[in-house]
Amino acid sequence: MRTIDTKTIEETLYKMALKAGVSLTESCVAAIENAKTNETCPPCKFALETILENRRVAAENGMPVCQDTGLAVVLMEIGQDICLTGAPLKKSVDEGIRRAYADGYFRKSVCDPLTRVNTGDNTPAVLHTEIVEGDKVTITLLPKGFGSENMSRLYMLTPAKGVKGIIDSVVETVKLAGSRPCPPVYVGVGIGGSFDTCAFLAKKALTREVGTSNPRSDVAEIERECLKRINELKIGAQGFKGDVTALGVSCEIAPTHIAGLPVAVNIQCHCIRMQKEIL
Amino acid sequence: MKKLTLPLTKEDVLSLHAGDAVSLSGVVLTARDCAHKRIFEYLDRGEKLPFELKNATIYYAGPCPAKPGMASGSCGPTTSARMESFAPRLFDLGLNSTIGKGEMSDEVSASLVRNKAVYFAAVGGAGALYGKNILKSECIAFADLLSEAVHRLEIKDFPVVVAMDAYGESVYKK
Repeated sequence: MRTIDTKTIEETLYKMALKAGVSLTESCVAAIENAKTNETCPPCKFALETILENRRVAAENGMPVCQDTGLAVVLMEIGQDICLTGAPLKKSVDEGIRRAYADGYFRKSVCDPLTRVNTGDNTPAVLHTEIVEGDKVTITLLPKGFGSENMSRLYMLTPAKGVKGIIDSVVETVKLAGSRPCPPVYVGVGIGGSFDTCAFLAKKALTREVGTSNPRSDVAEIERECLKRINELKIGAQGFKGDVTALGVSCEIAPTHIAGLPVAVNIQCHCIRMQKEIL
Repeated sequence: MKKLTLPLTKEDVLSLHAGDAVSLSGVVLTARDCAHKRIFEYLDRGEKLPFELKNATIYYAGPCPAKPGMASGSCGPTTSARMESFAPRLFDLGLNSTIGKGEMSDEVSASLVRNKAVYFAAVGGAGALYGKNILKSECIAFADLLSEAVHRLEIKDFPVVVAMDAYGESVYKK
């Protein structure tokens, strides 16, 4: 049986977090470049140009692209033929994140929900694990800013609402968010499952590269229709009333109960700072 | 792009219209969620604040720590809507401008008109660009709040858009 010391996972996450904080994914940059080219509203074009200039400054100076370096959300797929050794997995994940946020001069944005006292080191991270086939560990890190996270919603629709209900819920969420989540946004949608897994599916949807489609054609059609209707809202970059409100919509689905149709909408700002590694 | 130096004069404020792109230089004070709560506790107790609000500019922001040799870390705007319940009272006390991102309420708009004040939108997610344009940063109050403390920043050429002006106009409603 293959063994992996959790120290390796800590080191990997440390490097991933340091890189994530100061860079955008290539698919995100391509989508913003495209939005800038097509935008007809002057203040929105100004915002998109500033966003691209910011990316250059961040790279040149090794500075975080956004000061909200986020809550560290980690999705880990662990092959069931692997034996993890060393410190407990969660402890290793938190240690990698803690060190990266200190050494990267990232903002510490995690606090107690009631006292609001900051934990001081950006831990704990959020860790989702899935046990999968094989002997590999796939790690995805998505530092999540809360300007956009705050605008996310969960709907427990009735089955009668159908596809139209799903699309209306997604469009309503983006409309209600308006200028607040730093548009142009990327929209992750979970369809089906239970109350809890639906929200996870929406988060997982955000880990798919911008510009890709769900392999199921009926789901891909929902993605396209949502994107079209979202851009008809004319919220625009930063809410300045332009043409591009969303860079993309990504849906993930799972079977659900005969009585329900859960839909979760997780909003991601234009700063997509995802990193993936396979061990 | 129009260039302005903070603190703004009444004439500066009245010359601005929603949608104008402006480059700002001068002094701003950072304050976000926890700092606003603390400011209101001072005001409610009738105590003097540890900084002057009259004609000041509040920047809704919480910076990253500065790397060695730099004045500030990344420092872009945070969502202003979370501060809209606080803003009118502060404009009534003499604050003449704020910088943040995203739309603020009609109550805030009314207080901008009433006090001849202005709300600027910086570009959210452009923290490195703004951080690089900070010449000096000093914590002047509520240090225990860490990144949420009040910092006095000397800024240079901050690209912003006039979001809501002293005439009741809003870039979000055009």
